[in-house]
Amino acid sequence: MSTVTGVSAADQVPGPDGQKPLQGDRASTGRFGDRLFGGAATVSGVLVIALVTLIAVFLIVQAVPALMDNSANFFTSRVWAPGGDQPAFGILEFLWTTVTASTIAMVIAVPVGVAVALFITQYAPTWMRRAAAGLVDLLAAVPSIVYGLWGLIAFAPVFKPVQGWIEDKLGWFPLFAPTGISGGTIFFIGIVLAIMVLPIVTALSREVFDQTPTAHKEGALALGATQWEMIRTAVLPFGRPGVISASMLALGRALGETIAVTFLVSALSDGSPWTWSLFNGGETFASKIANNAAEFSNPTKTGAYIAAGLVLFVLTFVVNSIARVVIERRKAFTE
Amino acid sequence: MAKRIDVSDLNVYYGSFKAVEGVSMTVEPRSVTAFIGPSGCGKSTFLRTLNRMHEVIPGGRVEGKVMLDDQDLYASSMDPVTVRRTVGMVFQRPNPFPTMSIYDNVAAGLRLNGVKNKKTLDGIVESSLKGANLWNEVKDRLSKPGAGLSGGQQQRLCIARAIAVQPQVLLMDEPCSALDPISTLAIEDLVNELKNEFTIVIVTHNMQQAARVSDRTAFFNLKATGEPGRLVEIGDTTRIFNNPTEQATEDYISGRFG
Repeated sequence: MSTVTGVSAADQVPGPDGQKPLQGDRASTGRFGDRLFGGAATVSGVLVIALVTLIAVFLIVQAVPALMDNSANFFTSRVWAPGGDQPAFGILEFLWTTVTASTIAMVIAVPVGVAVALFITQYAPTWMRRAAAGLVDLLAAVPSIVYGLWGLIAFAPVFKPVQGWIEDKLGWFPLFAPTGISGGTIFFIGIVLAIMVLPIVTALSREVFDQTPTAHKEGALALGATQWEMIRTAVLPFGRPGVISASMLALGRALGETIAVTFLVSALSDGSPWTWSLFNGGETFASKIANNAAEFSNPTKTGAYIAAGLVLFVLTFVVNSIARVVIERRKAFTE
Repeated sequence: MAKRIDVSDLNVYYGSFKAVEGVSMTVEPRSVTAFIGPSGCGKSTFLRTLNRMHEVIPGGRVEGKVMLDDQDLYASSMDPVTVRRTVGMVFQRPNPFPTMSIYDNVAAGLRLNGVKNKKTLDGIVESSLKGANLWNEVKDRLSKPGAGLSGGQQQRLCIARAIAVQPQVLLMDEPCSALDPISTLAIEDLVNELKNEFTIVIVTHNMQQAARVSDRTAFFNLKATGEPGRLVEIGDTTRIFNNPTEQATEDYISGRFG
C-alpha cells in the first residue's frame, strides 16, 4: 500500500501502549535473519539513491560542455541546430509540446480514470467488478507501440473531422486556431496519451478506493448519506493521496512516452512560425531524442540532446516533489 | 424528539440464509433498551434492521414490519436515506472520518442535510459536543483531526456526530467493546443522560453494562447451531436479571452458558 497511498500499512498500526509503530533499528532483534534482511534492504535502498544520483551526474557532466558552446539561449530559443561550428539550440518548442500534450492527457485521464474506478468499486455488480478490474489491469500492460498503431490507423481518421469542427467553431481562440496540420497534432497526441495512461490512473485508484474501511463508509451511510454523498465523505478523501500518486505516475509516463509519440507526431519544419495552437505539430523531448539517436556524432551534438533529456528528468522530478508536498500537507488527516 | 419502535414478526435474511427469525417487540421512547445474547445470535443484525443498515450488506433483506410511531420503515415509498437520518447509529469501533477535523466530523451529518450557515453549524456542533460530554476536552482544538483523539473520545465524537442531526432514535452497536473501563464509564454516563432526549437501543456483550444502563432488556439466542437467531424474552431489566421467565435467559445471565 505504501507506494499507492504514500502511507504505509505500518504507519496505521499503532505499536504497544500507543507507541509509534516499530521502525528501523528498534524493530531489529539483532538475530542473523534480521541482520541479513535488514542489510539487504539497506543495500537496495542505497543502490536506488546512488543510481538516481549517478544518472543525474551523468546527464549534467555530458550536458554542461555542450551548453557552454551553445550560442542560443537554451530555455527561450526555438532553434535546434546543435551541429556545425556555431551550435545553437533551445528547448522552448519541446517544452511547450511536452507539457501541453501531457496536460491534455491528464485533464482527460484523471477525471475519467477516477470515475471508472468509482464505478468498478462502488456501483458495479459484484460479478462485473472482478472482470472489469482484470480488464483494466490488462489495458495498463498493453505496449505503447500498440497504442501508437491504433492511434495512427484507427483513431486519426476519426479525430480529423472532430478537429475540423473545433477549428471551425472555436478557431478564434488562440489555443484552437487552425494551422493546416492534421493528424499528429498536440491535441491528438494528448488524447492518445490520455487513453494510454487511463488504465494506470484507473487501476491504482481502484486499488485505493477498494481499501476504504467499511467502518468509514457505514459511518457516512448511518448519517443518512446517499451513495454519492458517502463516496464524497468517505471514499474520495480516503483515496485522495492514492489518486494523486496514480496521477503522478501517469503524468510521468505521459511526459516521457516515446514510441507512440514518435510514431504519431507531425514534426514541424525548421523556422515554422510560433503558434499557441494545440492543433500545431511539434516534437516532445522524448520523440526529438528518439528521432535523432542516429545523429549523436560529436560530443556537442550529443550533449545538446542530453541537456534536453536533463530537462525532462528535472521536470518529472519537480512534478513528483509537488505531489509529495501535497500529500504530506494533509498527512495528519490521513492517519 | 423520541419515538416508539414497534417490530412485528420480523425475519432477516442474508441471501438465502435466515439470520434472525420472528422478532416482535416494542421499544419505548425516552428509555434505554439493551440487547444481550451470545455471539452470532443476531442481535447486531436485528439492530441494523432498525435503520435499514443491513441493506448495505449484499443480500440483506427483511420480512415483517417495523413501525416508528406511525411510519412504516419498510414502506415502498420510504427511502433508506430518510430512515437513517431519523434513526442514528454508533458503531462498535469508533469511526470518525479520518480526513476531517473534530468540527467537521460533528458537522458532517448537518452538511449532508444542507445546513450551510456557519452560525447554525457552530451552535449545533457546540451543543452536540456538550451533549456527548466532549466539549471541554476538545473546545480548543476543534480544527485538529478527529482521529487524533483517544479511543473513548473518538467514540464520544461519533456519538456527537450522530446526535447532531437530532435523530428520533439512537442505535448503539456494542459501543464500549473497544474501550477501556474508564472510557466505558464515560459512555455509560452519557447514555444515561441521552435517554432524556432520545430513544436508545444498545447492543452489549457485557451483562453488567446492560444491568447498569438499561431500563428494558431483550435476550436473543440461537435455537441451535446453524438455526436463525430469535428473541427469547424482553422485559424490565430488573425482572430479566432477577426473575427471568425463560430457562435459557436464566442460564445465560447466571453464566451457565454462553
